[in-house]
Formats: sequence, structure tokens, C-alpha cells
Amino acid sequence: MRYAMAVDTKKCVGCSDCVVACQTENNVPIGYCRDWVVEVTDGTYPQLELELRSERCNHCDNSPCVRCCPTGASHYEKGGIVTVTHNKCIGCGACITSCPYDARYSHPDGYVDKCTFCIHRVEKGLMPACVAACPTKCMYFGDLDDPKSPVSEILKTRKYKTLIPEAGTNPQLFFLI
Amino acid sequence: MREEIIVSGRMNPNIDPYLHIWHWQIPLYLFLGGLAAGILFFAAYFVIRGKEKEYPTAVNLAPLIVPILLILGLFALFLDLKHKLFFWRLYTVIRLESPMSWGAWTLMIITPISFIWAALNIRQVFPRWDWKYKWLKDLEAFFVKYKVVLAWVTIFYAVILGVYTGILFSAFNARPLWNTSILGPLFLVSGMSTGAATIILFSRNHEERKSIARTDLLLIGIELFLIVHMFMGFLASTQVQIDSANLFLGGPFTAAFWMLVVAIGLILPAILESLELFKFRIPYYIPPILVIFGGIMLRFILAYAGQMSRWLY
Repeated sequence: MRYAMAVDTKKCVGCSDCVVACQTENNVPIGYCRDWVVEVTDGTYPQLELELRSERCNHCDNSPCVRCCPTGASHYEKGGIVTVTHNKCIGCGACITSCPYDARYSHPDGYVDKCTFCIHRVEKGLMPACVAACPTKCMYFGDLDDPKSPVSEILKTRKYKTLIPEAGTNPQLFFLI
Repeated sequence: MREEIIVSGRMNPNIDPYLHIWHWQIPLYLFLGGLAAGILFFAAYFVIRGKEKEYPTAVNLAPLIVPILLILGLFALFLDLKHKLFFWRLYTVIRLESPMSWGAWTLMIITPISFIWAALNIRQVFPRWDWKYKWLKDLEAFFVKYKVVLAWVTIFYAVILGVYTGILFSAFNARPLWNTSILGPLFLVSGMSTGAATIILFSRNHEERKSIARTDLLLIGIELFLIVHMFMGFLASTQVQIDSANLFLGGPFTAAFWMLVVAIGLILPAILESLELFKFRIPYYIPPILVIFGGIMLRFILAYAGQMSRWLY
């Protein structure tokens, strides 16, 4: 089993509903966020090209954060989801520094926090909060090992890219282009 | 023209607009750890070479401050932790993939070793020191007897500690400025140089001072060589590393790095130490103070600049 997510940059309108849905679902402390929307503008007026990306932890197959964690608090859960065990985390910041996507932050309670792919919902067969809330249905989530899952189906038909693959992280968050 | 902005307003404290999760505690610890490694290295080296008589400060006096340095360093590390009450989790596992894990275990070994060195030399400060209990006296006799073995173990762990202070940074490929294996040897040599400087500061023996100053001069030369190499490597590398080197080549850290680290911390003491060799009279404490200052600055500037360097996407 390998959970993954695909975000359609052509359908995303940058409304940030995914960000709010995540903050609400996961009780993210005020002033913090686990996902965010990046707007990339290319070219000079009037030849402009716009890309909108809803970004979050890439749940990398080769996660630098899991490698550098001195206590084993950062680890792979079932399906390759990268999570942090709060009472093992010492808050040293090594994983925050190691993440090329800056996807982690230090929770006001001390431990390190990040996107969990809403593992508590996924285990019940629900979609992650951001995916469920997206008004344009631009996000696809599922098991890559299952050829019938929404994410497998869409990756079969569309071109896609990952972020900073050259960092050697093997990210599992795909952007349809 | 390409513009990338986060439109959902991400402003995670210490992450945005650029990473600053490691504050003064980490570079201070790296300096103290490197200094401790340097002092222990010289003490052990002169014991192995059988030159305890020629280098009384290096072997007998300087190791006395190492436990204090390491404890201050460990305390700084503790202050850096955000989930402090769980610090003991470090010592429930050994994770070889994580430099911080084996660094923590190295400290667990080298701190007691530094206490042994300090205990063996305690009579330098308290001439009438008495260990009171027989088993402590036996223990002292044991370590005096096997001092050369102790020195070999010490030199091994001192080098690991010195290199580790650099590897802690260089293991992060997410921070291009740190992601160079030269950082390990650079921090080791810088730590040894500050260790030599501390020995010169403490020494009352002219011959010893002169000899250590000569060693220090060599170490400064190696350090300059490694810094030049580091920049050559960056500029011949990928765009992310070219950008990270530009933090020092016209970017916000240019003046601080070249003035405080290279000019005041390396070249100036090197010139002064060379002049001393040619019998110019220079107050002996000036070059070592500059070297120590440069060592602190090197770590602070690299720690802050490294966190600002990043991948582009």
C-alpha cells in the first residue's frame, strides 16, 4: 500500500479552502498551517502563465526528516505516510531543517507537527480533509498500489510533476500539469 | 520573469519567510564542542608523543576547562530543544542514519572522558586535593597507569566530536550552503585552532606558546584552504549551491563573513603569529583572542546563512 495525492494545477483556483479545512479538521494552532497554496506567474504581460499549487508534506519515500530524526519520532506509518509521534519528539528541529519543502513547523506545545494526510480519516476510509473540502475537486487521493484508486486513475491519463525531485526525496505528492 | 508567492498566507513562526528554527544555542554549542575537541586532541596527542614535559599547559592545565565547556554546550543544546521534558528520548535509541543521534552518543562518551582528564589534573589548581575514598584513589592510579590508552581513546572521540559539529550541518541536503562534506574537516580544523588558541592563552611557558602558535598558524592555513575550496565547490555546482554561495559573495552575509571570519578571525592572527616568529613583539594574547572570535563567528554566520539558503521551486 502506498498512499499518494495528486493536485490538478489546471483546476485549482487558489481559494485556500484546503488550508482552512485542514486547520479546522486538525485543530492547527492559530497562525500556523500544514498546507498552503503557491501561485507561480511566468512570463511578461500580456504573455503570462499561471500555475496554482496546493502544497503540503510530500510524504516522501526517502524522507530526509525520518532519516535525521535522532529519536525515531518521525517515522513511516502504514502506507508510507510520514508522521511524528508527539511523546517521542524532543523538538530539536533537525527534521524541520532537513525538509526541502519547509513542510514542518514547531507546534506551540513543543513537538514538531506537519500534514498527516489526515491519517485518522484515511483509516476510516474517508478522504483527507483538504481533498474532501476542495470545491473544484482538483485533488485526488488514494493507494498507488491499487490501479482503481482515484490517484492511480488520474496519474495514468495526465502528465504530472513532483517538487524538487533532484533533492532525492522521491515525493508522493503529484502535480498534474 | 518568474514570481512565486504563497497566496494562502503561510507565515509559520521560525519557518517563514525563511527558516530560522536554530537560534544562538546551536552555533554556540558547535563552538564549545569544537573547542573542547581541540583541547582534548592536543592533550591526548602530546601524551601519545610522550611530550608531557614540553607541553605542560596543553596536557595538564587546558583539559581542566573541557568539562565546563561541554556542560555549557550541552546546556545550550538543551535550551534549543522545544520539547524539553522528552530530551531523554535521545538515549533510548541509536539511530545511525541521524547525525544528531550519534552526536548525542558521542557526547555521552566524551563528557565522562573529559571528566577523567580534569580529575587527573585537578592538583594543578588544588595542589592538596585528596580523593578521600580508596576506590577513587585506585581509579586515579588506574588511569595514570593507562594514560596512553586513555589518550588514544580520547583522540579518537575528539576527532569524531570535531567532525560531528560540521556533519550536523552538512547532512542536510535541504540547506545547500551546508550540504558540503568540507564542513566536517573545516569545523574540525577550526575547533583545533581555537583549542590551540586557548592553550596559548593559558600558557606561561614561552617555548610551549611559540610551538603551539606555529601549529596554530598551520591550522589557520588549512582553514583558509578549506574555505577557498568550499567556495570553489559551490561555484562549480548546481544553481542552488551557486545561489547559496552568493549569500557570501555579494549577498547579506558578505561583509560579516569576509571581515569577521576571514580577515579578523584568520588572516590577521596569521599575520600577527608570523610576525611573532620573526621576533616582532606582539602581546601574546591578541592572536588567540582573534582566533577564538573567528571560530565563534564562523559558526554563527554559517548557522544563520545556512538556514537562509534553500532549494528553488
